[in-house]
Amino acid sequence: MPSSNGAHRPIVLEARGITKRFPGVIANNNVSLRLHKGENLALLGENGAGKSTLMNILYGLYQQDEGEILVSGQPVRVDTPHEAIALGIGMVHQHFQLVPVMTVTENIMLGAEVLRGPFLDRRRAEQQIREISRQHGLDVEPHALVADLPVGAQQRVEIIKALYRNADILILDEPTAVLTPQEADDLFKVMRSLTDQGTSIIFITHKLREVLTYADRIVVLRAGKVVGETTPAEASEASLAAMMVGRDVILQVDKQPPHPREVVLKISDLRVYDDRQILAVDGVDLEVRAGETLGVAGVQGNGQTELVAAIAGLRPLATGSIEVLGQQIGGNPPRTITELGVAHVPEDRQRDGIVKVYPLTDNSVLETYYQPPFAQWIVRQEQAVTRYAEQLVRDFDVRTPSVHVNASALSGGNQQKLIIAREFTRPIKLLIAAQPTRGVDVGSIEFIHKQIVRKRDEGCAVLLVSAELDEILALSDRIAVMYHGKIIAVLEAGTATREQIGLLMAGGQHPPLSDSAAATIPAAPFEPLPAPIEQGVSTHE
Amino acid sequence: MSDAPTPPAPPPATPSPPPVAPPPQPAQPAQPLLLRLISPLIVPVLAVITALAIGAVIIWLTGKDPIAAFSGLWAGSFGSPRAIERTIIRSTPFIIAGLAVALGFKAGLFNIGAEGQLYAGSVMAVLVGFSFTGLSPLIHIPLAIAAGALGGALWGGIPGVLKARTGAHEVITTIMLNFIAIRMTDWLIKSRNPTLLGDPLDSSGSRSFFVEESARLPTLFGTNLHAGILMAIGLVFFVQWLLYRTTIGFELRTVGVNPSASRYAGMSVPRNIILAMALSGMLAGLAGTGEVLGVEGALKTEFFSGLGFDAIAVALLARSNPLAIIPAGLLWGGLLTGAQLMQVRAELPIDLIKIVQALIIMFVAADQIVRWMYRIPKDTGGGQSVFSSGWGGK
Ligand SMILES: Nc1ncnc2c1ncn2[C@@H]1O[C@H](COP(=O)(O)OP(=O)(O)O)[C@@H](O)[C@H]1O
Ligand SMILES: [Mg+2]
Repeated sequence: MPSSNGAHRPIVLEARGITKRFPGVIANNNVSLRLHKGENLALLGENGAGKSTLMNILYGLYQQDEGEILVSGQPVRVDTPHEAIALGIGMVHQHFQLVPVMTVTENIMLGAEVLRGPFLDRRRAEQQIREISRQHGLDVEPHALVADLPVGAQQRVEIIKALYRNADILILDEPTAVLTPQEADDLFKVMRSLTDQGTSIIFITHKLREVLTYADRIVVLRAGKVVGETTPAEASEASLAAMMVGRDVILQVDKQPPHPREVVLKISDLRVYDDRQILAVDGVDLEVRAGETLGVAGVQGNGQTELVAAIAGLRPLATGSIEVLGQQIGGNPPRTITELGVAHVPEDRQRDGIVKVYPLTDNSVLETYYQPPFAQWIVRQEQAVTRYAEQLVRDFDVRTPSVHVNASALSGGNQQKLIIAREFTRPIKLLIAAQPTRGVDVGSIEFIHKQIVRKRDEGCAVLLVSAELDEILALSDRIAVMYHGKIIAVLEAGTATREQIGLLMAGGQHPPLSDSAAATIPAAPFEPLPAPIEQGVSTHE
Repeated sequence: MSDAPTPPAPPPATPSPPPVAPPPQPAQPAQPLLLRLISPLIVPVLAVITALAIGAVIIWLTGKDPIAAFSGLWAGSFGSPRAIERTIIRSTPFIIAGLAVALGFKAGLFNIGAEGQLYAGSVMAVLVGFSFTGLSPLIHIPLAIAAGALGGALWGGIPGVLKARTGAHEVITTIMLNFIAIRMTDWLIKSRNPTLLGDPLDSSGSRSFFVEESARLPTLFGTNLHAGILMAIGLVFFVQWLLYRTTIGFELRTVGVNPSASRYAGMSVPRNIILAMALSGMLAGLAGTGEVLGVEGALKTEFFSGLGFDAIAVALLARSNPLAIIPAGLLWGGLLTGAQLMQVRAELPIDLIKIVQALIIMFVAADQIVRWMYRIPKDTGGGQSVFSSGWGGK
């Protein structure tokens, strides 16, 4: 599918010898990069490799310390995003920059208002938005409030915003990190349509499969330097991973058979409402034993978030009970649950998992700051905290110039490693890991996966919630599939197939119950499928 | 027991101190200490200078002599020991009340209610100050101060409870409580049937009883300075310690910057909101108490006339940093004491000094203007924002 176009086309954007230093790190070290007209260039690299920094420099958010930028062969200064936009460069950030209380049209017009007399000419802007939207299959409703839109739609608004400002060079920073697989596929269709019509795109991602399927050319950054350039035709997942990390990466998780022991987590008849007061968890029964990993698979938004929040004490139960080692925890505050030995790697790390304006030291003791040795009476013990943070950083390979820098200066993967370090280093009996590797690079994924397996082998009960099927398959001993708030099947991981789970996640009937569904499973259509261990009855089709 | 290939040894559950302490690492290797200490001061200092410069232009435009005006301002505020003494006395309530507002900011709360809390604290302090007779100052003073602290804490705690329980925004509720406190103080003092706090011997009918001599704050070293300034300095260091060295402060700050993470971490958001408002109110109450016991010896209607709002300005000027409250408060008090001589020497209306103060606040609050004027680059190191995140948030 990827066309090997590009190389002979004109160069629209070039970075020459870009160097950018931050306190204690060289984020970009003599980086050069070329983008051709109509090309879809993938920028790959570990967290902290300097990808976002380079893109922010091209977009005028940071100024390079050395090096130059050329647009269509002309050296240019890009000191502000305003100048970048004037040069036809648009950017969609890792974290969106939309005003939630404004409509789609207002957001898109913001800063590029069309006026009729002294008033905003919404009608004209809207027309233009619909035009762009139609041309590239960017489906959005101009009157909708941004706050009401799902993430995928917000991203489309961001892309339209760039195109509305006549961008013909588009930078997308980890656009698929927040999307479901279906939304990601749609996004790549849009990107294809854009490049076909002459727009040039640089996109950043950690998902090697996406790179190999959709990129025209791949540039790999490591520790601030360009370490290689390749094409999907020449590369494989393994070769890309090795290039990023600088050594061979074991993409397969190496784990021994589980030795499940006593039941640690027991959930019965759990019902939980979401923020809109809709029943998000609808009668869930689950058990997780010490020494085993139960993976909860499911497309995002099927109640996993609320399930985890209820166990962690962050959301009230409507009915049912949650027990940890025989003790009722349902309805208890988070502090009580934490003290019982429950660790929680939260799904939204920026919101819940860290305090960005706090140094790593404070973030290392976010839940234990009041316990000795981190505090005596109410007095915090800075030295003990610093030593502990240094230990976490060392043991879990968190890349940072010092434990005294703010967490906001770390890349996403390193923030996640810090959270993992903090949660795993406490004496815990139950680990709830929600999307533990979302937006994290392959090297860190490998490391985090190893740590999860280690916790299981140490006798911890692990509840893993992930939208990544590969992750569920790699780590779980048993797999529960969640659909519309119910657990519709629990399968033994050893015998479950990708296709089977994929079908269940989409709400398909459990294969043995339906001939038509079974027939659509290409991998193992006639093999006897593993019997479900537990099975709820889905009221949804 | 673990047969997985485990690179790092499982870290111990609770860290035992390693035998050799790791070498101390500098916080920001590329930024020298001096620069780190000075850089947060640059914007406020430039804001003050710019405001004074604009003030000079305005004076000049009105046909008066800016040099005479500013030499008067200096002489009247910091130019002589007497002037410094007056400035310190004047600044004391600004320091304590500014600290109250700053503490609120640190917890993500915008306490506009310092004014009301000043009255609430003072009423209590005065009540205890004149009701008990024959006590030793060693008992009477602490008792009156404690009463003032309690009054402020209660008055500040009410909006805290309202916010924690119902989500009512503290900006709205504290404004309402200001009106109530001011009017209630009026009534308590002016009521004659029955007589409550009002001193029947006062012909204007707008003053309370004088507190007993045993409740008056002592003066210091034979000067006119009263012990209130010591209280102010003590409170500044106490708040600095509380915020940055204790688990209580850690919770308050965490709830302030990221309520969602603080919930995740097991902190109680409602409890911390109530605590922060009560502490903030307590400080404001103490500011009022210091004025009543140290300066006037009694409470009057309209006594504070906007001090609680100036306190917001002082907190902003100090960027909510407790230690910076001292210079910010001294500047504020200095501008007010110096204004009198400035008025006389250059024949200026006192309003001019108010204009300069307003300009300072404008430039500090809208620091983008100052950064743009002097081409100062943005903070890159994740500096904490001054303003409360609660305002305009959820
Ligand atoms: N504003 C900043 N201040 C200090 N360090 C930063 C800043 N932004 C990025 N860095 C550092 O620069 C390096 C590269 O970061 P980044 O470009 O975000 O990586 P990537 O996007 O490849 O994950 C990291 O070590 C990060 O900690
Ligand atoms: Mg990035």
